[in-house]
Amino acid sequence: MSSLSASPDERLAVRVKNLSVTYRTTFERKPTLRQALVRLGRGQRSVREVRALRDVSFTVFEGTAMGIIGANGAGKSTLMRAVAGILPPSEGSVEVWGKASTLLALGVGFNKDLSGRENIILGGLASGLSRRDVEERADEVADWTEIGDFIDMPMRTYSSGMSARVAFSVAVHMKPDILMVDEALSTGDARFRAKANEKMAELRSTARAMFLVSHGLNSIKEMCTDAMWLDHGALMMRGDPEVVVEKYKEFTKVKKSAATEDEV
Amino acid sequence: MTATARVGHDDSEEFEPVYHRYGPHRAGLPPLVPYFRELWARREFAAEMSKATLRGANVTTFFGQAWLILNPLLLAGVYYLLVTIIRQRHDAGLFTHLTLALFAFTMLQTAASTGATSVTGSGRLLINTAFPRLLIPLSAVRTAFWRFLPTIPVYLIFHAVFGLPWHPRMMLSLYFLATIVVFAMGLAAFFATLQVYFRDTSSFLPYFLRLWLYLSPILWMPVMLDRMSRGLRVVVELNPMYPMLTGYSHLLQDGVFPPLWMWLAAAGWAIAAVVVGFLFFISREREFAVRLT
Repeated sequence: MSSLSASPDERLAVRVKNLSVTYRTTFERKPTLRQALVRLGRGQRSVREVRALRDVSFTVFEGTAMGIIGANGAGKSTLMRAVAGILPPSEGSVEVWGKASTLLALGVGFNKDLSGRENIILGGLASGLSRRDVEERADEVADWTEIGDFIDMPMRTYSSGMSARVAFSVAVHMKPDILMVDEALSTGDARFRAKANEKMAELRSTARAMFLVSHGLNSIKEMCTDAMWLDHGALMMRGDPEVVVEKYKEFTKVKKSAATEDEV
Repeated sequence: MTATARVGHDDSEEFEPVYHRYGPHRAGLPPLVPYFRELWARREFAAEMSKATLRGANVTTFFGQAWLILNPLLLAGVYYLLVTIIRQRHDAGLFTHLTLALFAFTMLQTAASTGATSVTGSGRLLINTAFPRLLIPLSAVRTAFWRFLPTIPVYLIFHAVFGLPWHPRMMLSLYFLATIVVFAMGLAAFFATLQVYFRDTSSFLPYFLRLWLYLSPILWMPVMLDRMSRGLRVVVELNPMYPMLTGYSHLLQDGVFPPLWMWLAAAGWAIAAVVVGFLFFISREREFAVRLT
């Protein structure tokens, strides 16, 4: 695994060593006791082990914008969750210098009966900010979304684009040291995307490091200074975004069945 | 998420950034001391979530408040009517006992049933944010307790109306109330975990809780225990609610000092529930993020 030209005085932002993440999950969408008993009678099991990441190691220095590419199920989101501390490793270690943002699969909006503002405050408190900090930033977050009076209405009245705005706004305004963006720019109208891109460019200068997961290979090339390509939980390649994206394209062309054509 | 060693989280943050190190959990459990330190640091979140839930349920409005009183009151009325018909006589002592025990048990019931769905209902927050998940069921217990609070003055009014004695020892009933709250915390954590694995837990729960209600000294007085068959008596006395509700009722209603074993048994059950419930929850919470997607 090649690490980019790293002079010893550069400061680390993230260091991942031999990270493996394994978890057991069920293939039922809603597991129930009733079904479990039925299965027990038939002697079947629905639990299977997922090896989401296998022995991944890398270091990220401050000032890096790291793009992560790979097919669906390659472990991109799992890697982000491991770095955010949501999914602790099964083996290996993750070290993070700084507070990671909460933006992963897009969304605060966990309680649809509460207003956008209340969800913003709860999200901030959960991620460990003090009450004063959260309340200070809540207005800023609300203004940035430009959804007007909707911010004080229950989130069930929001359109999906509006929820995406709120989620994105929360993630970028809570002053994260490590910004993590997972397919954030795929929703929202052109205006929002332009605004979000601008904000991300601004954050790149203030945040210690940025991770961007995207299937939009062009945005990886445009916004990132470094890239990683994951496949089936393993780190295939790491290096200059142009080079990694080319290799990835080549790989998916060879393996037509990977069904990534439309994303390329 | 809480395998967190904090180095230099102080004013010089610019130079000594917050440092996190995440490693594999030993025996499925994260390091417990940092876990509970983190939990305590974010207690504000649990409180805010509970407040927001109460606001969402309109509990802060007048009729919302009134419903919190009316609902248990109607329930007490229904049960009292039932008991009176079966026993074919009115008994004021039983009525006050029934109201106060039923109110306390309703709190446990609400904590267990809302606690059960609390984790599965928190969806995206849980998937996207790293924080001690135990805060979620604990927030549900806080909500249940706040819903219980308005029923205390209601009981005290009955206490006055039926001319029951006032005694300083009544204050000691808070001890038994506290054991019920602590017990409810363990129960909420336990059922919240179960609900993640078996989503129909919340459908079974009401039947289980109803059965528990009948086995607890609520619709009958603890003194009626002597008339029960031996087998039933053993079951009833092993019921954690027996020492808790009996002690609570003895002190609050009659100002009578309960026997020592009740004090010990109530505390013992509460601690056991918290230890088992919390450990079960914490040992499983790593999987929540992947089980809920």
